Amino acid sequence: MTALGDYKRERIDALAARAGQLPEGEAGLSLTRSAFRRLRRDPVAITGAVIVLVFLVVAAFAPLLAPKDPVTQYLLSEIRPGTIPGPQEGFPLGVDNLGRDLLSRLIYGSRQSLLIGVVSTVLGLVVGMALGVLAGAFGGWVDTAVMRFVDILLSIPGLLMAITISVLLGQNQYALMIAIAVVQVPIFARLLRGSMLAQRGSDYAVAARALGVKKGRIVFGHVLPNSLSPVIVQATLSLATAIIEAAALSYLGLGDPDIARPEWGAMLANAQDFLSIRPALAVWPALCIIVVALGFTLLGERLREALDPKFRR
Amino acid sequence: MLRFIVRRLLQLIPILLGLSVLLFAWLRALPGGPAQAALGERATPEAIAQYNELFGLDEPLYVQYFRFLGRAVQLDFGNSTQYGRPVTDVFLERFPGTIELTVLAMVFAIGVGIPLGYLAARRHGSFLDSASVIGSLIGVAIPVFFLAYLLRLLFAVELGWLPGSGRQDVRIDATRVTNFYVLDGLLTREWDAAWDALTHLVLPAIALGTIPLAIIVRITRASVLDVVNEDYVRTANAKGLAMATVRRRHIVRNALLPVSTTIGLQTGLLLSGAVLTETVFAFGGVGSTLYDAIRLRDFAVLQGFILMLAVVYVLVNLLVDISYGLLDPRVRVR
Repeated sequence: MTALGDYKRERIDALAARAGQLPEGEAGLSLTRSAFRRLRRDPVAITGAVIVLVFLVVAAFAPLLAPKDPVTQYLLSEIRPGTIPGPQEGFPLGVDNLGRDLLSRLIYGSRQSLLIGVVSTVLGLVVGMALGVLAGAFGGWVDTAVMRFVDILLSIPGLLMAITISVLLGQNQYALMIAIAVVQVPIFARLLRGSMLAQRGSDYAVAARALGVKKGRIVFGHVLPNSLSPVIVQATLSLATAIIEAAALSYLGLGDPDIARPEWGAMLANAQDFLSIRPALAVWPALCIIVVALGFTLLGERLREALDPKFRR
Repeated sequence: MLRFIVRRLLQLIPILLGLSVLLFAWLRALPGGPAQAALGERATPEAIAQYNELFGLDEPLYVQYFRFLGRAVQLDFGNSTQYGRPVTDVFLERFPGTIELTVLAMVFAIGVGIPLGYLAARRHGSFLDSASVIGSLIGVAIPVFFLAYLLRLLFAVELGWLPGSGRQDVRIDATRVTNFYVLDGLLTREWDAAWDALTHLVLPAIALGTIPLAIIVRITRASVLDVVNEDYVRTANAKGLAMATVRRRHIVRNALLPVSTTIGLQTGLLLSGAVLTETVFAFGGVGSTLYDAIRLRDFAVLQGFILMLAVVYVLVNLLVDISYGLLDPRVRVR
């Protein structure tokens, strides 16, 4: 709200406060700041944030943390049909069926899994938001056209859509990211458009219009920032789904074939064949996927409650 | 109500048309186009030209599109390269299996999910409540195919309680009437065949039903908690209605509205989500067929199956909307 003077901002804040949107004692705090305040006191949200942070740190410093190279083969003499060496000196979690250190692969795998999750979500977010803003800001036939297109995308079940795109683009990590992103686009578009339509009729938007603020400024300066919270929540939750979806596509044989980049989903898919010999090979990557997805989900759910005025009591 | 249904049916037309354009464009955009897809990577340019001429692929795009559309309306998607049979035949043979699987998965998810969600809400803050919240979070986060593998390893391979692959024991010579194996067994009074098909469904259905189960528990719980605080519940209590009556007529009835939409949406998703589960259990429904089509690049099957599944998905969603309109009169007006 930098464009308006303090005086006008106060007026609009007062309007919002009178509309019962800001609770007692938090008037004057922005929505984001009061939400952040509540998140900090919420043990569940903190748990989610810590999980996410730990994995981000592991991903960032993977080369320093990993004890071994993730693609070098060790202990090859001990690998025979039916036996894969378990945990031992130098290999805390043992090695996989090709003799590569499991712990190092998990650590390096966090890079690829998180990267796929983040890139595909950001991609879906950007495109989806562009469509949503287009529909929400212009209304009329633009809205109808955009939303029809979005409805078509929504009418294809997510996994089928991802498979379709993957087959089209071939097998590489970018295809994987795009495939997952395309599934997210219609969700973000619908969400933002709905939220913007709801905000357009709100008191502050009417007030801004009454004060003679230009349309573009109302849309980008007021309506859009205030419509973002459901989108932010969805993006956090999408990070979890994207990582799980990437694992599913890997399992279907549509993952990244580059062996230099270990990824949890591919590790898990590969380990299925050795489940009865060395279940740990599947359990560890599965656990990583579950914990990271859980972290993003906890954070997202609590973020939703923190940003939703309905829960502010 | 009739007008509502007709309006919703009319809204389907642009969606289905759009879908057909997308899938048509998709097949055209594949590297090498449909000719390469059909003839393989080592096809000579002459063979490709011949193929294109034979199937009219050298004509303008819009002519091709309308021909594709005309065939699609008659459910003609050409022959599958891996089975050498019309795609639609393969679909009709496999789809009943997926429907059986989906129905059983939803029975499991609803049968366990609604009571569990309701109990969790009634004992808000209890151990059961926390356990169901945490359980439902993990249920959504666990990769389906991994869960399916664990179930198969434990109950089929290690314990041997239930069959771990296929739709029916190959030694059973069952009569096929509808391709719904359980139903066929019942219709022809081959009870052992029906029972065997049912046992083949149990493990995949549990694996497939986990995500909807987790979601239904969460929605039911949240929705009951919402409704309990409504004015009309307070009024019902204040006027001295028996606790059981308030619960049945006022709480459960209203709380189940959002749950019913979720159930519908999830059912639609399961029809396609079965790809992973069916693959693990080599189940022989549309899901595992799609998986084979991906591996063998059987584009006719991919295109036909995806289009037909999307149509089913859209129709299921339509049914959900209509039933929602029946349950909640307010929806019809909008």
